[in-house]
Amino acid sequence: MFLNDGDIQAMFLTVKLATVVTVILLFIGTPIAWWLARTRSPWKRPISAVVTLPMVLPPTVLGFYLLVLMGPQGPLGRLTEALGLGLLPFTFTGLVVASIFYSLPFAVQPLQQAFDAIGERPLEVAATLRASPLDTFFSVVLPLARPGFTTAAVMSFAHTVGEFGVVLMIGGNIPGKTRVLSVQIYDHVEALEFAQGHWLAGGLLLFSFCVLLLLYRNNPLGAAERRT
Amino acid sequence: MSIELRFTRSYPGFALEAELVLPGRGVSALFGPSGSGKTTLLRCIAGLEKAGGGRLVVNGEVWQDGDFFLPVHRRALGYVFQEASLFPHLTVAGNLDYGKKRSAGDVPDLRAILDMLGIAHLLQRKPDRLSGGERQRVAIARALLTAPKLLLMDEPLAALDSQRKREILPYLERLHDSLAIPILYVSHAADEVARLADHLVLLEQGRVLASGPLAETLARIDLPTAADEDAAIVIEATVAGHDEAYHLTRLDFPGGIIWVTRRDLEIGRKARLRVLARDVSIALSEDAGSSILNRLSACVRAVVDTDNPAQVMVQLDVGDTAMLARITRRSRDQLGLVPNMRVWAQIKSVSLFL
Amino acid sequence: MLFTRSMGMNVKFKGVKAWAATILLLATGTAGADEVQVAAAANFTEPMKKIAAEFEKTSGHKVALTFGSTGKFYAQIKAGAPFEVLLAADNETPAKLEGEGAAAKGSRFTYAIGKLVLWSAKEAIVDDKGDVLKRGGFDHLALANPKLAPYGAAAVETLKALGVYDTIAPKIVQGENIAQTYQFVSTGNALLGFVALSQVLGEDGKLKSGSAWIVPEKLYSPIRQDAVLLSKGKDKAAALALLKFLRGSYAIGVVKSYGYSVGQ
Repeated sequence: MFLNDGDIQAMFLTVKLATVVTVILLFIGTPIAWWLARTRSPWKRPISAVVTLPMVLPPTVLGFYLLVLMGPQGPLGRLTEALGLGLLPFTFTGLVVASIFYSLPFAVQPLQQAFDAIGERPLEVAATLRASPLDTFFSVVLPLARPGFTTAAVMSFAHTVGEFGVVLMIGGNIPGKTRVLSVQIYDHVEALEFAQGHWLAGGLLLFSFCVLLLLYRNNPLGAAERRT
Repeated sequence: MSIELRFTRSYPGFALEAELVLPGRGVSALFGPSGSGKTTLLRCIAGLEKAGGGRLVVNGEVWQDGDFFLPVHRRALGYVFQEASLFPHLTVAGNLDYGKKRSAGDVPDLRAILDMLGIAHLLQRKPDRLSGGERQRVAIARALLTAPKLLLMDEPLAALDSQRKREILPYLERLHDSLAIPILYVSHAADEVARLADHLVLLEQGRVLASGPLAETLARIDLPTAADEDAAIVIEATVAGHDEAYHLTRLDFPGGIIWVTRRDLEIGRKARLRVLARDVSIALSEDAGSSILNRLSACVRAVVDTDNPAQVMVQLDVGDTAMLARITRRSRDQLGLVPNMRVWAQIKSVSLFL
Repeated sequence: MLFTRSMGMNVKFKGVKAWAATILLLATGTAGADEVQVAAAANFTEPMKKIAAEFEKTSGHKVALTFGSTGKFYAQIKAGAPFEVLLAADNETPAKLEGEGAAAKGSRFTYAIGKLVLWSAKEAIVDDKGDVLKRGGFDHLALANPKLAPYGAAAVETLKALGVYDTIAPKIVQGENIAQTYQFVSTGNALLGFVALSQVLGEDGKLKSGSAWIVPEKLYSPIRQDAVLLSKGKDKAAALALLKFLRGSYAIGVVKSYGYSVGQ
């Protein structure tokens, strides 16, 4: 085995980060996607654009602005300091926050599409069957949007695992705290340690492939289309 | 017992202005061409459209008045949508249960409703394994199982082909006979209305043109229904007897009798007859030389022009029953038809609804 | 370099002038007008632009500059990239290329020696002896990844020489290169860090902001930045001329003004 302790540590850290980020993103992304799918507010387009921004911004740019934002002079940094949380950069929490920003569109977009595809009618039907809006959300919207949730979770997870620029910028490459797999691979490759790089990259590839395969097998793509 | 409503609502290019008092039981049809505001009115009643400042009282319960607006899920109503609207993630049983377990009312007997709509054998199926007609029957059952105090049906047959329509109509008639709650039924199909409705509301461009008992309203010569090619009236009749020798069945109505081909019907049973205006001709005397079986003594009430320059519409009183006859202008002049003239109405064919 | 994902940027500056010069040379029949493809270390961006401009003016040759990370250049050169001259951020890569036959034997020389500085964006944090490292009072010390960046390796050497490495190690945050390390410090997320002197000096040769301690050269091995003639440039007059120009007094003056020193 070519993997050293640092590699294995980085692997566990990555899975932990991706899991935490995915769970939080589903919680945050759901109301945002729901609002975007349902609103007729003039704010819909600007908010949509803001949510999508991380998709087009180079990660190092996003990372840099997050660094400034979370820094001692930044508004977020001042907030976390005032709350007694200290500064976020170079911490696992900081990585989580940055990854949430970075992967947000990958959670929101599939959810929004799933909510859009459901349309107005099932909600109206549920209302005429005495279901309150909240009840409707859990008894109708969630089950109908399940493929969207799967896609959102897979995309968020995969994107967080593969993310590099932002993590590098915010993390400070601290072993066991912020040195995730992608950074570890980058370091190996940059240091011309290709063998270790290959092992890690190959492992990452295999892992991602298995996760995707498993999720898609349980949740065939296009299930949402067939339903309607 | 009644439904009082008043809604005003404007959309780009369309405004709804309706004020109505409808019977507190039986089927009221909201009838009109597409774009007349039928569905919008129904959605306002359901609360699916938030018509500000409207008023709605259903058999004494205020659902909406000024600023007071009872949200849809708090209104004791059943709604059957035009197209199949079953939840795809639930089985038939799951769909039926959805509304049932959320209803606060006295939920009707499941067995009775399953039997009435003929869906007992479908319970474990998913909606995508049902035919269009089966889906609508399940949707109706689902609505009924919420113990509604008002049933709203938005063209429940419009998305079905004619065969499926024939399959489901008997169930709707059974509904009509067995339900104690009022039903509002949106339709643009005259035959459906003639068959199912007791009360007729005629809508055009968001306004109420007429609202009244079905037979009376259909016989009105001043409404666009009378100008239609398929203008027709309905007669409430009673099965009076059978002529076994000629294989005919006799139906009595206030104004006369009508013979139809022998049907296996219980004497005394109510039946509804639909008579198209174009199937009624007029003679000045009882023409014993005619092959037409049903000849009724009548009195001309009014004669008006139609959209067709060759034809006029004649309104007749047959006893207490009003009828319409569409004849050519030339015949009118040859016969010299004027109001209060005694004539004979000859009926070429009738449809019998049970 | 900050905003480019590939960390590569092709700068063909003063293109118009260069073209004009080329046309003039062609018209007057002066032979040898040529373009040289240069891969240069990102930390050498500013001085190299200045040097190349002067070189174009005096020689009539044209220079196409690409700035980026030395590690990436190495991989690209091995993959057949059309570079003719490499100005590396270290001295190992040019030696390696030479050993592998990808560069001309004997063409290597040190064009600049980087100077390490301990810097804080805040005033009065770093004293002129670097005692702050012993005193502590900071959460994070930024340095470049010692495995990848010579400045990072030099920083670790310095910490070890001062005998504070073990106590400070938990506070270390690593930038992937000195540009990122500079950002950690300049945004205040790390109170202080080891960066390149060239990063913190202004045009006037004085500290732009904050407080700094220029680490004595005896504390770390020199950060030699070597230049080398690559195989593709072996027979190119412009490439040879540029390398010669880099050793000249004009170039040396520029290199020094940006906070580097030069070898003997």
